[in-house]
Amino acid sequence: MTTRERDPATTGARRPGDGPGPDRGHSLAYWAVSDCWNITRRTLTHYQRQPVAIVWQLGFPILSLLLYGYVFGSAMLVPGGGGYREFLMPGMFAMTMAMGFMSTAVAVVTDASKGVVDRFRSMPMAPSAFASGRGAADLVVAAAELTILAVTALLIGWRADGGVLGALGAFGLLLLLRFSLIWVGVWLGMLVPTPEAAGGLYAVAFPLTMISSTFVSPSLMPDWLGFVAAWNPISSTATATRELFGNPVAGDGTWVEEHALLMAVVWPLVITLVFLPLAVRRFQGLSR
Amino acid sequence: MSVSVSASGYAVLAEGVVKRYKEKGQKGKQGGDGGKRALDGFDLAVRPGTVHGLLGPNGAGKTTAVRVLATLLRYEAGRAEVAGLDVAREPRRVRSRIGLTGQYAAVDEGLTGRQNLEMFGRLFHLGNRRARQRAGELLDRFDLTEAADRAATEYSGGMRRRLDLASSMILQPDVLFLDEPTTGLDPRGRGEVWEAVRALVAGGTTVLLTTQYLEEADRLASHITVIDRGRAIADDTPDALKNRVGGDRIEVVAADPGDLDAVVKTVDRVAGGGLVVTDTPARRVHAQVADRVAALTEVARSLQDDGIAVEDIGLRRPSLDDVFLRLTGHGTENHDAPEVAA
Ligand SMILES: Nc1ncnc2c1ncn2[C@@H]1O[C@H](COP(=O)(O)OP(=O)(O)OP(=O)(O)O)[C@@H](O)[C@H]1O
Ligand SMILES: [Mg+2]
Repeated sequence: MTTRERDPATTGARRPGDGPGPDRGHSLAYWAVSDCWNITRRTLTHYQRQPVAIVWQLGFPILSLLLYGYVFGSAMLVPGGGGYREFLMPGMFAMTMAMGFMSTAVAVVTDASKGVVDRFRSMPMAPSAFASGRGAADLVVAAAELTILAVTALLIGWRADGGVLGALGAFGLLLLLRFSLIWVGVWLGMLVPTPEAAGGLYAVAFPLTMISSTFVSPSLMPDWLGFVAAWNPISSTATATRELFGNPVAGDGTWVEEHALLMAVVWPLVITLVFLPLAVRRFQGLSR
Repeated sequence: MSVSVSASGYAVLAEGVVKRYKEKGQKGKQGGDGGKRALDGFDLAVRPGTVHGLLGPNGAGKTTAVRVLATLLRYEAGRAEVAGLDVAREPRRVRSRIGLTGQYAAVDEGLTGRQNLEMFGRLFHLGNRRARQRAGELLDRFDLTEAADRAATEYSGGMRRRLDLASSMILQPDVLFLDEPTTGLDPRGRGEVWEAVRALVAGGTTVLLTTQYLEEADRLASHITVIDRGRAIADDTPDALKNRVGGDRIEVVAADPGDLDAVVKTVDRVAGGGLVVTDTPARRVHAQVADRVAALTEVARSLQDDGIAVEDIGLRRPSLDDVFLRLTGHGTENHDAPEVAA
């Protein structure tokens, strides 16, 4: 390592980085958490400075909630019986959580195109922090979104009679789905070249969220489509939360549906295990 | 040319660095035969505590070199060291010793200027209090105190650039990489950047600065490496480089194309055997001169005596174009190459 003399008059306390290496005596784990928190804080500050952004982000799900609830609400039948609105709301929650990865992707590609990601990468921060900090912040925002959605749903007549524990479990599963898709969002955000291109992801993402049990039972779809819909992770979360809220389920009798609670945990874990490492590696190796 | 030096003693060292970008759509591992060599055996040696200019035209590989040295890009062959640390083997330790200002301002537009600096300070592991203090100092140094609590989205290009620079100076890094830091700045902003760079160097930082302007490298750098097509083609002090390029040039534009030969003759005589370049369509003749004022006076008087009408006559400093013409035989762009007359 090169050492050289510095003039104490000009440097003096001007060496804030000096100390025992980049880690100032703390462990890597300490910095992973600390850096993650700083990125979280940064993302939340973005929202705090632009509360309108949240309103826009919520506009779509709230509107679709009202649209589907009122416009189609009476025209659709639930195979197992029960009100369509009761069936629909948990599905809408799951779909909103699933679509959340788009806002993650757009935020990440914006950072990448502005060179902010490069700056982070040229700094001694923990390589996991960019993804984990983003994830933590997005979860906080998602929890707020979910609360607002649930209140809206209650206002238009949705009822859950699964008890407090059931409701908490349902919210937990919904956030778990959002959590797992954050890494897909971070990964995609660093894969696409521009924020405009990220917008194009909607065209792919939206149908993917539709082919699920969100709006109708997969048993009403053509066989092959119904199969895809039944195995869609969104369906598992939707069905599991329906059960936990005490709302009617699609009742198509498939194995995945009967094990919805299990699958609503397994799917997010699998997605996380695949995409979290991909996202972190992509951050470290961006444009290499 | 190649710079052969031992590892120690240099703040930045590159030896035979090769970097290929994967071609679009090219599958598989990088490094195969495909892909353009953005760096093609690149050598660089920067002495500690100096400003080193990396001068080259568009596409020469300046940004690629900086990104390799700043641990953002992996390279395929050669060796790179920053602050005595191997860039490929110890990227994380390198990162705690460098600052980087990329070619395009890396500013978090969702935050205010102050929030930007505080966030980066905390991510440099300064701790809350020190990060806040450092942000204050830098805002002050870069004349951003007044705008400190406004959103960065509202900043002008120059303010953004300054904020970007401030972010790269948070640590008073051992080595600071500046990729065309003054592009898009007005003269005042340019002056502020130069000022800040000088102050930083006085504090012991080594600066590697890329630029397309010979003047900028001349003003700031004590050493210049000229890069072309991914290779260092010259490495010298600004004065030596300018001498090789030939220092000042006299330039005459004849009013009548028919007089061009006479003008060439006169300029050739005064320039004393230097290369006289004739640009026939523009009716322009130029050549390097040793004593600028004497040459200008002599050419003007001589042309007047011969009754040759002149549209324009003047002196001009060597530009990057001249450097390239001289060093590579080709200009920085593929404009119609001027004929060369003896
Ligand atoms: N991401 C990339 N993928 C493929 N080729 C690239 C990429 N980035 C740069 N190149 C190519 O590598 C070469 C060197 O580019 P580089 O950006 O390093 O040049 P530069 O000297 O910084 O130019 P400028 O003055 O325009 O900034 C160019 O030919 C460029 O086209
Ligand atoms: Mg460049």
